[in-house]
Amino acid sequence: MLSKISKEALLGPLSRNNPVIVQVLGICSCLAVTAKLEPAIVMGISVTAITAFSNLIISLIRNTIPNNIRIIVQLVVVAALVIIVDQVLKAYNYEMSKALSVFIGLIITNCILMGRLEAFALSNKPWPSFLDGIGNGIGYAIILVVVAFFRELLGSGTLFGIQVIPQAFYEMGYSNNGLMILPPMALVTVGCIIWWHRSRNKDLQEQ
Amino acid sequence: MKGLRNYLNKVKPNFMPGGRYSKLQSVFEGFESFLFSPNTTSSTGVSIHDSNDTKRTMTVVIMSLVPCLLFGIYNIGYQHYLAIGNPDAGFWNLFVYGFLALLPSIVVSYVVGLGIEFIGAQIRHHEIQEGFLVTGILIPLICPINTPVWMIAVATAFSVIFAKEIFGGTGMNIFNVALITRAFLFFAYPAKMSGDAAFVATEPVFGLGEGSVVDAFSGATPLGQIATSASENPVLTNIIGEPISTLDAFLGLIPGSVGETSTLCILIGAAILLFTGTASWKIMLSVFVGGLFMGFIAHLFPSATYPASSLTPIEHICYGGFAFAAVFMATDPVTGARTEIGKYIYGFLIGVLAILIRVYNSGYPEGAMLAVLFMNAFAPLIDYFVVQANIRRRLKRAKMND
Repeated sequence: MLSKISKEALLGPLSRNNPVIVQVLGICSCLAVTAKLEPAIVMGISVTAITAFSNLIISLIRNTIPNNIRIIVQLVVVAALVIIVDQVLKAYNYEMSKALSVFIGLIITNCILMGRLEAFALSNKPWPSFLDGIGNGIGYAIILVVVAFFRELLGSGTLFGIQVIPQAFYEMGYSNNGLMILPPMALVTVGCIIWWHRSRNKDLQEQ
Repeated sequence: MKGLRNYLNKVKPNFMPGGRYSKLQSVFEGFESFLFSPNTTSSTGVSIHDSNDTKRTMTVVIMSLVPCLLFGIYNIGYQHYLAIGNPDAGFWNLFVYGFLALLPSIVVSYVVGLGIEFIGAQIRHHEIQEGFLVTGILIPLICPINTPVWMIAVATAFSVIFAKEIFGGTGMNIFNVALITRAFLFFAYPAKMSGDAAFVATEPVFGLGEGSVVDAFSGATPLGQIATSASENPVLTNIIGEPISTLDAFLGLIPGSVGETSTLCILIGAAILLFTGTASWKIMLSVFVGGLFMGFIAHLFPSATYPASSLTPIEHICYGGFAFAAVFMATDPVTGARTEIGKYIYGFLIGVLAILIRVYNSGYPEGAMLAVLFMNAFAPLIDYFVVQANIRRRLKRAKMND
């Protein structure tokens, strides 16, 4: 069904070419919105939608963009999409929009977007570009969700806001780890994921 | 001793490559060199011959920590019996109570830390290093006595893995491992690491020291009292509300983390370190100079907004963990500056920062931990600039002679 290039574009970013843990892009929002699971998922979906459609649009008009103003064109497209996502969130999920605050607006500065536009959409046909955007968005979202899972579980004792660590533990003297809520532990968690990932994929290890 | 040596020689082949327990080779070698000094010498040319090795250095540091440890144990008992209104319970009651209260922390810290080091060494086929011997005793000494042991276990595991093993093990770490443990505890479990309930053991231990706490009891440390007071001249009290003097703080009968209360015992430890040449006197001296300097500056402008500015420079040195950090933390040769001029800059800035944080950041009543960790990060940079300056100076001289 999918050609080889499309398949690679869609599935590659999930693991072997993951934007966060292999290319180390998009780290800033990965630290900022992963204290709780719910905002992380919303963020993942938003970024996936924006990467997919910005890739598609840029790929459609790639032959008409003058090379020396391409960054400006890309920015206009991405900014328009970011504003649409922001407005949709404000309209249908205002609480989440408040919780994510500036980070939805800051998707425009997410390195993954520009990276995919420059590296893929400008030189490929629309359909593979669209799949590439979806793949990279999901690759980013997976890492966000994994990081947010551990941070919310250990930092707040909850998942999706529901307490999962039994009250009996707290009565026995267990406390939530406040450091997990702070950004440094997000960095350590991402580091652990990279550690695990590279130990499974030995060819990714730097010499 | 001869029998032990013979026994080791007998079982040694089992642990060598090809032997039955060859996976445990580094464990065996670790124990062997712990029990006997290794008799292998370098076969190729070396420049320096000295019997001083990591084991001996670590042993000296442990010895210099003994006064702090013993006094800390006594002080745990003293504070406890003072809190239950029975300070004349007798020296041995106090001491045994303190010993039993502290023992679980020491055991847990060593078991977790050494366990991870041993496992890491087996996996990577490294030799087991002695580095954790000192860290393991430092961790209980810099924590409040009421820290739950499982927290010490979690924090020790975190810091040994992420502050040490990841960077390549003993001698390769950027940050002081014991202080990372303390910082982890401080930020992860702030409720257990500061405030009134952390620093004085009020519960009986193994049935020893039964009694209820007296009404006037308040477990805040002197620096904690200062940080929460709103007056320009806060009156410092001990845990039952009697005023304390700087001499009390110097001798150490005040609440605080286990090993840091007695400046006198820390100075005895410092004397041992300096006499044996184990620690750098340059770092130690310049930390104290930096602390006195910043304390002096802060004391010039006392204000009610920053109550700690009412302390004189000498009081700054005696209260809290400043002296302990200066003697045992800043002088860590692995994480500190290594150039001779760099040591002065590094130490001075630690002293200045510690007092700066203490006085002007009300969120942190004690700044020594953060100051040392911060300067750990800058030590390589200091060294870099010192070396570059030296290169420039010599280049200039070389050009002049042309």
